[in-house]
Order: sequence, then structure tokens, then C-alpha cells
Amino acid sequence: MSETLPKPRSFQEIILRLQGYWASKGCAILQPYDMEVGAGTFHPATTLRALGSKPWTAAYVQPSRRPTDGRYGENPNRLQHYYQYQVIIKPSPPDLQALYLGSLEAIGIDSALHDVRFVEDDWESPTLGAWGLGWEVWCDGMEVSQFTYFQQVGGHDCSPVSGELTYGLERLAMYVLGVDHVMEMPFNAPDAPIPLTYGDVFRQTEEEYSRFNFDTADTAALLRHFEEAEAECGAILSRDAEDPKTGKRIVMAHPAYDQCIKASHIFNLLDARGVISVTERQAYIGRVRALARMCADAFVTTEAGGWTPEAVPA
Amino acid sequence: MPDLLIELFSEEIPARMQARAAGDLKKMVTDGLVEAGLTYASAAAFHTPRRLALTVVGLTAESPTQKEERRGPKVGAPDKALEGFMRGAGVTRDQLEEREDKKGAFYYATVVTPGRKAEAIVAEVLEKAIRTFPWPKSMRWGAGSLRWVRPLHRILCILTDEGGERVVDLDVDGIRSGRSTEGHRFMSGGAFDVTSFEDYAAKLKRAKVILSAEERAEHIWHDATNAAFALGLEVVEDKGLLAEVAGLVEWPVVLMGEIGEDFLGLPPEVLQTSMKEHQKFFSVKNPATGRIERFITVANVETADHGATILAGNQKVLAARLSDAKFFWENDLRVAQREGLTAWTERLSNVTFHNKLGSQQARIARIAALATDLAPKVEADPALAEQAAQVAKADLSSEMVYEFPELQGLMGRYYAQAAGLPAEVAVAAQEHYSPLGPSDDVPTAPVSVAVALADKLDTLTGFWAIDEKPTGSKDPFALRRAALGVIRLVLANRLRLNLVPIFDQSIHNCPFNLWVEANLQSMADEKLDIEKKLADPNFKGTLITGTREDKEVRLTALVEGMRDVSDRLEALKIWQVKAPMDLLSFFHDRLKVHLRDQGVRHDVIDACLAMPGQDDLVLLVKRAEALSAMIETQDGTNLVQGFKRANNILAQAEEKDGVEYSFGADVKFAETDEERVLFAALAAAEAQIAPAMAAEDFGSAMEAMAALRAPIDAFFDAVQVNAENHVVRRNRLNLLSRIRQTCLQVADLTKLEG
Repeated sequence: MSETLPKPRSFQEIILRLQGYWASKGCAILQPYDMEVGAGTFHPATTLRALGSKPWTAAYVQPSRRPTDGRYGENPNRLQHYYQYQVIIKPSPPDLQALYLGSLEAIGIDSALHDVRFVEDDWESPTLGAWGLGWEVWCDGMEVSQFTYFQQVGGHDCSPVSGELTYGLERLAMYVLGVDHVMEMPFNAPDAPIPLTYGDVFRQTEEEYSRFNFDTADTAALLRHFEEAEAECGAILSRDAEDPKTGKRIVMAHPAYDQCIKASHIFNLLDARGVISVTERQAYIGRVRALARMCADAFVTTEAGGWTPEAVPA
Repeated sequence: MPDLLIELFSEEIPARMQARAAGDLKKMVTDGLVEAGLTYASAAAFHTPRRLALTVVGLTAESPTQKEERRGPKVGAPDKALEGFMRGAGVTRDQLEEREDKKGAFYYATVVTPGRKAEAIVAEVLEKAIRTFPWPKSMRWGAGSLRWVRPLHRILCILTDEGGERVVDLDVDGIRSGRSTEGHRFMSGGAFDVTSFEDYAAKLKRAKVILSAEERAEHIWHDATNAAFALGLEVVEDKGLLAEVAGLVEWPVVLMGEIGEDFLGLPPEVLQTSMKEHQKFFSVKNPATGRIERFITVANVETADHGATILAGNQKVLAARLSDAKFFWENDLRVAQREGLTAWTERLSNVTFHNKLGSQQARIARIAALATDLAPKVEADPALAEQAAQVAKADLSSEMVYEFPELQGLMGRYYAQAAGLPAEVAVAAQEHYSPLGPSDDVPTAPVSVAVALADKLDTLTGFWAIDEKPTGSKDPFALRRAALGVIRLVLANRLRLNLVPIFDQSIHNCPFNLWVEANLQSMADEKLDIEKKLADPNFKGTLITGTREDKEVRLTALVEGMRDVSDRLEALKIWQVKAPMDLLSFFHDRLKVHLRDQGVRHDVIDACLAMPGQDDLVLLVKRAEALSAMIETQDGTNLVQGFKRANNILAQAEEKDGVEYSFGADVKFAETDEERVLFAALAAAEAQIAPAMAAEDFGSAMEAMAALRAPIDAFFDAVQVNAENHVVRRNRLNLLSRIRQTCLQVADLTKLEG
């Protein structure tokens, strides 16, 4: 496969190549969502846009936080804050696997030299009430992406089905760049006037957040915030669809979904603080799922969710 | 006779589903063909990660023509009736026949259903198979509604005969059948046409796909063992892993890599589990040291650098995985050494075992109490047994077991050693889960036995207490396995235990029953209170507002609701009393299955179950074995016949006379030598049987019993029991009663069949 480009030299070059590749395939290149999320899937561009009948295609980087994975910056590949690259296309095109393999070529993974495999991995997000079938993609025994055909989101059947690709950027980049410890990975070009490593950018924050997540976060306040976000989500959605000020029909699915995202992140922090017992855990997950479901219910009554005034008699 | 070739080409099918799916495809298609009237010589199905294939050899080219004769209306019936009949049968007037029978003259029509071409049948059968395929999980994709395990891309379906191949035309939601397929995803170019199964298999191989999973597995195993052998090492056998890996590749390429020096200090089980679960690697062992030193990975592609890049990548991934494992191992060891295992056990108070049976920690406390009680009976030190039970499940809180649940117990042993606990305690941590399956080894170390028994008995009595028994094929808590575990522990260690008192005690100690008891009391008090209030005429008026009828209705509902709850609690209370015996009969059923596997007849077990001490499994089995041995002998079989004859005659006489003959046979009323000999023989047998029974020497007791065979046979040959003289008759019946009493001491021979 002679199309393989020269190897990228830095973390950011890999990101830029993915952006370029997916842009060339027609995806809308979005920016990260401006809230703390556990994974790229939480971005409304995926969660909400996977619902309804309207075609959709987007790609973006999403900073993601998993407080329990903090290792004070010491573990070679575990981080509480990391980047995911997310691609979503609805309806999933028939050549999605080939498109995906093309993206690996674009970042310098030559399929003539590497062993790329699609290994069964059914994806499920109990907090989003979502599931799909697909694979984890292995490159030389390493999971480099998650490949999913969404079947359900927020309790709604997906029709048409979205194809979702998620790349764990640090892990993928470390592999492509041949780096053993994430903190040693070049962030910008090694010959830049001021070369920076991943560690230069993130080692200190990993330490700070590990301490905060595990030992410092105020659990009483977090529990309160959780309740507040939950209440707010319901309150937003309980408003009339018709806005009394403008007289327009404005269903506030996105502001409500922000509260769902907030509740989910707070739950993750509480989990890292070790204050949630096994039985409570399920209950919390169920509460976040209920919010996600409400937001999905609301989204499909909006224009972006495929709703039209003609479809539903007033 | 054409041959049929089908290939369903899709995105990657999960390895664990492939073999089953190939079998389903074969069954659905061949069954469908046969049902439609076709026959075939042979069929075989194949699977790779991206395809299911089926070849059917010697298929008939069309289904036979069917002729059916139908009787119509009577000759002379109205035209309307006749027209209806002709329309239904699809015939014209001139095709009708008139025929006479007893009932008169009727019209007859011969309906001919012409045979159908194999093409049409195959197309219909295959489309139905695709649309109704029993995947364990299936999905939709794109904008379509068809379901398959992953997106389906091609349907290859051809019939081949002397005239060449032709495509069987079908279209399933826009996927049109054809004669072409694709080879390996990376090592072959484009699609190609095939003309027959042989052509298909050969072209696939050229396109770097080995169609047969067995061939791929053999290839992997052959190359792996060779590579290991060259270095004086051996591959750790794992058939499940081999089948899985063969389902992950179309073109297996075996590569052997090294495990970093840093990780060789991890327990071998940890290395093996981590490599298998995460990476699907085979472990390669040094037979001299028992250490795992290398790994085998199976790639799906041949590369210009002979796999060097792939291997380097895999090695790096493994190092990352193992540094995680090492991190868990070292953290766990630190906890075990500094804090001991009790810190972990305490954390289990947050872990629910079952919502009616409390937390894991509460369960551990019950197991510890029971293990302490059982210890003297299994010759274990009670203090050690208690200590072992307290820490046996501690590893459930460890990081390693959180990551690899299948290492539970084993890690417990390592960590107990690290915590400096006695060797017996460490061993028990690992062994107390055993025996798991019917072929798993049974622990024999006394402390392990005490904890293993207590663990299983607590599970069984707990679920019995809350009435969550296995039903039919449903046994979500693996209670059958637990009972078999207890049976095997008891028998293998020859433990003399009476199970019923243990059941009683455990069921009583189960938290759910404590809750029931507390509730029953408060319910009863509350009920009484309400009844008292209801009886008070002043109270009725002041209790609630609303009309009088309204109040009455609400009060009645209240009382009835109360009654309903208390009825259910009452039922549970009754169950609590019945549960121990019910659990015992569950054990007896399991024991029967276990002994039947060892060749003991079920009626033999029934004959022994009817005897006292049936909750002592060792005694029960001893008796069953002795009885089993006795009825194998000629004397034994005949004795049983003699016994039954005596018993039948006696039973008939007792029914007729309305009395029980149980006492008073006297030799002085004997009229014949045979009677006198039998008296003497019974006295001799009884003298032997009593001490043998006291010593639980069932062998000797049965031998003595079997010795009665000749005198009993002789007695029946020579003597008429129902004699004219009623004194003689009564004496003879009483003599038969002595036979019955003597024999029934040993086992309930009436339960034996044949």
C-alpha cells in the first residue's frame, strides 16, 4: 500500500492528519464540547445526533475525563484526562471499515506491515441507555479504536443506524511514534523552537487532578450538585414547548442534556472518591440514564431530531 | 445432479459465534431443501471471520411432481357446487371423471402440482434462512432493516453441474446474489468469480484464506509447538483459546515473543491469565522451571519483515498490560503485608451478596461460624478453620481479582502467604471453592474441607431459606453444583455428618429468616391492635373523616392488606420449618445422580434412603454399596425374591385378617423340618446381623441375610403357609414376619425393582 504517508512526528500531527483525512471524506469537523465528559460519545454531536432520521456526519477531538484512571502521571499509559477522536456518520456507509482503514494509513500505519484486526466488542453505555454492536480494532495486539454500529441511544432505536469510530489518541499516538511512556511523547514537532512533550503539557495536571479526584473533591458538595443537576434537567424539560417570549416552539433538549452530562461527571468523581457502594452505584447509573432518556425523548421532538410541524398534529 | 455453493460474506463475525452459525446455516438450508422435496448426497459448512459457507453435493435438480386425487360433489349436484370444486382443484369440466361407489356417483379430479426447479427452492430457502437466522445478537446497519450479526455485504449462491455454474437469483434487501467473493482483507486484491466449491476453496487459498477452521487451528498448533520445541520450551495447551484464535484469522501466522525480565516474577497464573484474556496469547513454559518465559501470538497477515513490526508491537502491548498486573500485584502484596487480609474482608461489607441474604461480609461471618462448628467433625483445628473462613474471600477486594475475577482463591493463597498466615489458611483460601465441577479435585486438607463445606452449605441453606431453589434448567446460583460439591467433599473424606441439624441451624441463622421472625411478631401485634380498635364502637366514629361507608371500606382494606402480608410471612415461616427436609431431598436427588454415574442403581439408593440416618451421606452410601454388591450375587437376588414372596403373602394375610403379624412365632408349633431349619437360620442370622449393624458393617450384615436364601427357598417349596389349622397358620405368618423384620433392618428391600 504505497499511499501510506511518512510517519508523523508528534502527537498533534496525528490529530491534524485525522482531521484532514475525515474532512476530506466529507465530515463536518467540529470542536470539543465545552463540558467535562467521560468519553467522546457524550458530545451532543454524537449522543443526540444519533437520534432521529436526519443524515449527519461529524468528526472532532474530545478531551475526556475518567477520574478513577488517575495515576499521578506515573503510569506509562493511564491518565485521568485524555483525548478521544470521534467520528460519527449517519446512516453508516457500506464502506465504513475501508474508510476507517484509510484513516490508519493516513497516520502512518501501513497495513502491509501491521496486523489490523476487528475483534468482537459490543459497546454499551448504561449511563446513556445506549448500546451497539461492533469491534475493538487491534493493531499488533493493541486496541487502537472502538468501532460501533449504534442500535439504541437514550432508550430509542436508532434508525437509520449511525456508525461511530472512537480513537484513543494517546495510546494510538504512542504506538505510531514508538514511545513507551505517554509523558515522553512529543506534543509538537521535536525540532520546533520550543519542543514540548506530553509530560510538559500534562504531567503536573495529572498529579494535581489525581490528588483532587481521589482525596480532595468535596463529596458533600458533589452529592448536592448531583441532585441539583438532576432537578434542573427535569425542570428544563418540564417547560412548555412554546416559548412565551418569542412565541416560537423551542424545546430545550440541549440545555437539559448539559445537566445530564454534569450529573454523569459528578457521579464519576464520587466514584473515584470511593463514596459510592456497589448497590448505590447501580442506582446512580439508573438516575443518569433516566436523564439521558428524557433528553433523548425531548430531542426527537426538535427539528434536528427529525421532528416536523406536519408530522405531529398540534 | 447439481452441487450447491453458498457463501454469506460480511464484516467480522465474533469468533465465539462462528462455529454455531455455520452449523445453523447448514441445518436451516438442508432442512428447507428436504422439506421442499429435494434430496442431496452430503453437505458441509465452513466459517472464517468474514464468511459462512455451505456446500451441498448431489442435489436433485427439481422436486418431484405431486399428484393428488380429490373427490367432488355428487353427479347431478347444482352447477354452482361443481364450479366451485373445479376452481379449487384448477381443472376444467372435461378433466373430471365420474366414479361410482357405495354412496353413489361422484365427480373426481386429479390435481397435479408440478415439481419445482432447485433454483427456485434454493432461493426461497436461503432468503428465509438469512431473514430468520438465529444469531445470539444481531444488528441493523445503514438505513436498512435487515438484521445480521454485522453488516452483510455479499451473497454468493451458485448451482454447478455438467453444464457449468449458474447463479441462483435472489435479492435480500438490496443485496443481490452473485458468483463472486473476496479473499484476505489485506493480502489479496479485489473480488473474483468462482464456479464450484473446489474452485472456491482453491481460489480462496490463493487469496490467502484457509476456509476450514480445523485446518487453521491445526496449522496454529503445529507452528506454535514447533517454535517452542526449537527452544526446548512447550506451549501451554488451551483448546478454547485455540478455537477462538482460529476464529480471529483467515490466514494464521504464528509469532513467538519474549516476556520482559521484569515480569517473570509474577505468579505464572497471573501471566497466563493476563496474556490470554487481554491479548489472546498462548503461554510458553520452560518445562525445567515451570516458569512462563515466552508467548505465542497469531497474526492474520504475512509481512515483508516476517512479522518483526507486529511482534515488537505485541511485545510492547504486553509490557504495558503486565506492568498493570505488576502494579496490582505489588499493591496487593503491600496491603497484605502491612494490613493483613482483614482490611479487605471489612471492605466486603459494601458488597451485596444477595439482597435478601445480606453483604459478603455478613456471609463470611456465617461461614466462619459454621466452619468453626464443623471443624471437630472434619478433624480440623477450629481456630484455624475460623481464621481461614474469615480471610478466604478477602481477595475479592484485591486489585488483581477485580481485574481478573477468575483468579479468585488463587490470589487469596498468595496474599495469605504474604500476610504470614499459617500454611493451612493460605491453602484453604484457594481450595475452599473446590470442587467446582464433577471432575474437579476434592480438597482433603482438613481446614480446607471445613471452609469448603461451610461455604457451600451457607449458600444452599441461604437460598433455601428464601425459597430460591433451582427449577428445571434454571439454576442461576449454581446450587446443584454446590450440593454436589458437598456430597463429594463428604464422601471423599468419609465425613460422618448429620446434615439436617446443620441445615436447621443455618437456615435459622439466615438473615432473611431473622427478618421474617421479627416481622411476624410486629405484624401480629399490629393486627391485634387494629382488630381491637375495630371492635370499639367509639373508635369507629373518630378514626377518620368521611362517610360511614367510606370509613368501613378503608378499614376493611387495611385489615385485608395486613392479612395478606401476614399470610405471606406465615407461609415463609412454615417454609422455614419445611426447608431443611426439602433441602435434604434435594441432596438425595443429587446423590442419586452422582451414584448413578458410578453404576449404583436408583432403586438400591431408594431402598437405603428409607432407612434411618438418611442425612448421613457416608452411612447411606456404605449401605447402598453393600446392598448393590449383595444383589449382584445369586444368593442375594434369590433372597430378595424370597423376601418379597414372604412380604406379599404376609401383606395379603394381614389385609384379609385385619391384624398385623409381628410377634410370637414359636418353633414348638413347627410341623416340618423346613420350618425348623428356617427358625434356626433366622436365629443365627439375627445373631450376626445385630452386631454387624451396630458396627455399621453392612457387608457382613448382608452376607448373613443372604445366607437365609436357601432355608427360605426350601421353606416355600415344602410348606403351605395358609394351613387349615389356624394355630399353625398364625405361627407360619409370624415366622414370615420375622423374615421381614430381619431383612428390613438392613435395607428396605420392598423398594427394589425386579
